[in-house]
Amino acid sequence: MTNQARPGIPAQSPPADSPLDRRAFLKKGWPATLLLLVAKVVPSASGETKGAEYQASEHYYGMGIDVGKCIGCGRCADACKTENDVPRQPFYFFTWIERYVIKTDGETVVESPNGGIEGFPPTLTETGFLRTFFVPKLCNHCASPPCVQVCPVGATFTTPDGVVLVGKDYCIGCRYCIQACPYGARFLHPQTHTAAKCTFCYHRVTKGLLPACVGVCPTGARIFGEVHLRTSPLARFRRFNEIQVLKPHLNTEPKVYYANLDGEVK
Amino acid sequence: MPQQISRLLILFTLLILGLVVARHYLVPKTFGRLGHYRAAAVDAIVARNVKYVGREACASCHDDIVKIHSLARHQTVACEACHGPGAAHMEAPTEHKPPAPRKRGSCPLCHGYDPSRPTGFPQIDPVAHNPVKPCITCHNPHAPEPPQVPGECSACHGQIARTKAVSHHALLPCTRCHETSQQHKVTPRLSRPTKPRDRAFCGECHAKDARSPKEIPRIDMASHGKRYACWQCHYPHNPELR
Amino acid sequence: MEPLARQLQTVLQQVSGYIYPNEVELQWGLLIVVYPYVTGLVAGAFILASLERVFNVKEVQPTYRLSLLTALAFLMVAPLPLLAHLGHPERAFEIFLTPNLHSAMAMFGFVYAWYLMVVLLLEIWFDYRKDLIIWSRNEKGLRRLIHRVLTLGAMDLSARALRFDQGAGRLITLIGIPSAFLLHGYVGFIFGSVKANPWWSSVLIPIVFLFSAIVSGIALVLLLYMLTSWLRWKSVDMICLDKLASFLLYALIVDFSLEMLDFIHRLYEAEESVKILSLMISSRLFLSLVILQVLVGTLLPLLALGVLCPAFRSKGLVQVPDELRRLIYFGAGTLIQIGIFSTRWNVVIGGQLFSKSLRGLTVYKMELLGLEGLFTSGGLLLLPFLILYVLIVVLPPWPDAEARVPAPES
Repeated sequence: MTNQARPGIPAQSPPADSPLDRRAFLKKGWPATLLLLVAKVVPSASGETKGAEYQASEHYYGMGIDVGKCIGCGRCADACKTENDVPRQPFYFFTWIERYVIKTDGETVVESPNGGIEGFPPTLTETGFLRTFFVPKLCNHCASPPCVQVCPVGATFTTPDGVVLVGKDYCIGCRYCIQACPYGARFLHPQTHTAAKCTFCYHRVTKGLLPACVGVCPTGARIFGEVHLRTSPLARFRRFNEIQVLKPHLNTEPKVYYANLDGEVK
Repeated sequence: MPQQISRLLILFTLLILGLVVARHYLVPKTFGRLGHYRAAAVDAIVARNVKYVGREACASCHDDIVKIHSLARHQTVACEACHGPGAAHMEAPTEHKPPAPRKRGSCPLCHGYDPSRPTGFPQIDPVAHNPVKPCITCHNPHAPEPPQVPGECSACHGQIARTKAVSHHALLPCTRCHETSQQHKVTPRLSRPTKPRDRAFCGECHAKDARSPKEIPRIDMASHGKRYACWQCHYPHNPELR
Repeated sequence: MEPLARQLQTVLQQVSGYIYPNEVELQWGLLIVVYPYVTGLVAGAFILASLERVFNVKEVQPTYRLSLLTALAFLMVAPLPLLAHLGHPERAFEIFLTPNLHSAMAMFGFVYAWYLMVVLLLEIWFDYRKDLIIWSRNEKGLRRLIHRVLTLGAMDLSARALRFDQGAGRLITLIGIPSAFLLHGYVGFIFGSVKANPWWSSVLIPIVFLFSAIVSGIALVLLLYMLTSWLRWKSVDMICLDKLASFLLYALIVDFSLEMLDFIHRLYEAEESVKILSLMISSRLFLSLVILQVLVGTLLPLLALGVLCPAFRSKGLVQVPDELRRLIYFGAGTLIQIGIFSTRWNVVIGGQLFSKSLRGLTVYKMELLGLEGLFTSGGLLLLPFLILYVLIVVLPPWPDAEARVPAPES
């Protein structure tokens, strides 16, 4: 049984303690326990170390999405909003799902009701279309990001590990980056009045966890990993699938790699 | 130097000096350390709370469930996909119990029939499939293999089965054309059924000299669409479709 | 937050086709339409002024100082719509502290500061210096104080100093012309360099912006000249007015040709975005583009000016009495303002009405109240006239107000 998306589950059986003691222990120190379970410790960009420090320069992240596996359940979009405290209204998304229906008359219909968070309205018709599928979308964390290029003050930037972030305490809210993003990945946060977008769950990956959307995907349609590391699940994904990126002609060098992406997807 | 220039120079020097001094006090201390941005911004983002803990965390207490779950068909489904974020539960296990979806409405989110889902994904009609009963009556969510599978292939390949059922090929079992091993039910994408390889296969029934029931339409295998494989024009699950 | 959510919900219901979920909220609204309109007027008014200084077009001399003051009044208002629009206007100074040199918008602070301090203020100062000194000699009280402070203490009135003033003014105007081009051209570049947006991404946008700026600036000065003459009960110098109208016509011809070139080029190339853009023009932008920008704002004034003003023939293609010609010039000038404002609207709002998925159109819901509302923008458009009034009071630009230099004491 292969588990593509998860980076190594401990194979040994848990100790035979009494559940009550174990639970009491975890209740007190659950964050530390969580971190110990995945064997990495809290990093600090300013350089203070606590044990094994997270070195951003040792990583370079990307994501793989297999369109052929997405079932459009919307768990990813829902988990993302919960994990990142994204406003729940249907106008603000870090990630969302699109449904494409390519009809036999050539017309393509695309929809994304509330980003796909509550799933999609049931369609029982089985005829009249050639192809239909779901496509998850998110910030592509481009290697050549037009959003970072246009930020007038340096509030949005790329970290050494390839994640494009926004510093909400420095952003002036000019919205130029939102205009410059070809993928519609950014929005202005209604409360902070600064630009916001998917962070690849940076607060999770720096602790050795997976982004929330990757973790909850039931079919393993999303793969997270290292772009340059041969042993990463992402490398296998990019080896065995024909990879497309969105809007390649714009030369933004996206780091979200799509397998089985249809030409109708823009 | 003309008086105008000297006066202007004084004014501009004062202005520029003022800007330089202001800059010294106003630019954030961590700016520029890692790049053209405030390095402290990274710290602020990293310090955010984690809400989804991941299945390793669940396994530390619920190892019995995890053991069953990791061997069954829902092994790729994260605990938190159905039970929601687990951080609050880890902090205060008895006060914050994660919800366990028990109603009929929860499972069709993934398993309700939608033609946009990939072929072969197990789907049911949420209205017609064992109406009213909660799904968990028959399916243990941690080991959801159904108690019995009435139609071997149609359980996952419903659309194909429905299409074939009203076609001229309705009475043909799927296995007549697709050799399938039992492993396909365990790892469907890795152990795929075969597909017919050549025209002669269809000719076993449809050739002029084939030994098959009289009512089956015959064609001259040598001349009929001789450059093509049969299925390039005739959809095998609905061969009379024009 | 609630009113925003309600507004966006209304927008969501009026979307046709598919837009990315984050595109429901239109990012740059009316304030960002006002900004290029205002800087365009600045650039245009300044270029008109430079016609007299550098190209020695003597006929427009009566409007020289008025153009400069107009440019200054509008330049002072220019940053205000931007500040009002920012999510955090209190952090706006960050553009000066840590500008991202790759960002066209970061250049705003510096281009603006350069243009204001080094070009416009200096030019006005050099031109008015002698007047300030002479006026202050015969004045009393606050007015005298203001004028004396404005001289910065450079009270030299010798012939050499005055020649220096003239030379400096000419040099600054010379630098000022490319600076004015830069001031408004970079706004065009801000839009034109966004590869994500096929409506904006074009080499022509900075040029089109610039020429429409020149058109609007000349039209504005023409209107102001007529208006101020009327308010002051002075007669209009028809030669000056005719010359202004001629330059307006030339600029309008070039501007229209460029816009037509862009339009024809897009239709001919018919690249991927042409379907959704054509749909947008024929549905969402029909009134503001086809009617207001092209017909009312360009073709009608083009016709009127082309027929009446002495650009091609010394007395115009059709001769009409001065009063009628003045009236038509005024009408043309007003229509041009409407047209250029519509141009800015069509670029800014139009670029956001279609989805980057190229599959859908949304709507712009303009508010009445609030910072992004119609009243605020209306106020911002009226404010420069108030400022201009104050400037005219402090630094009268009229030819008859100009001070005469007393005979040099040798």
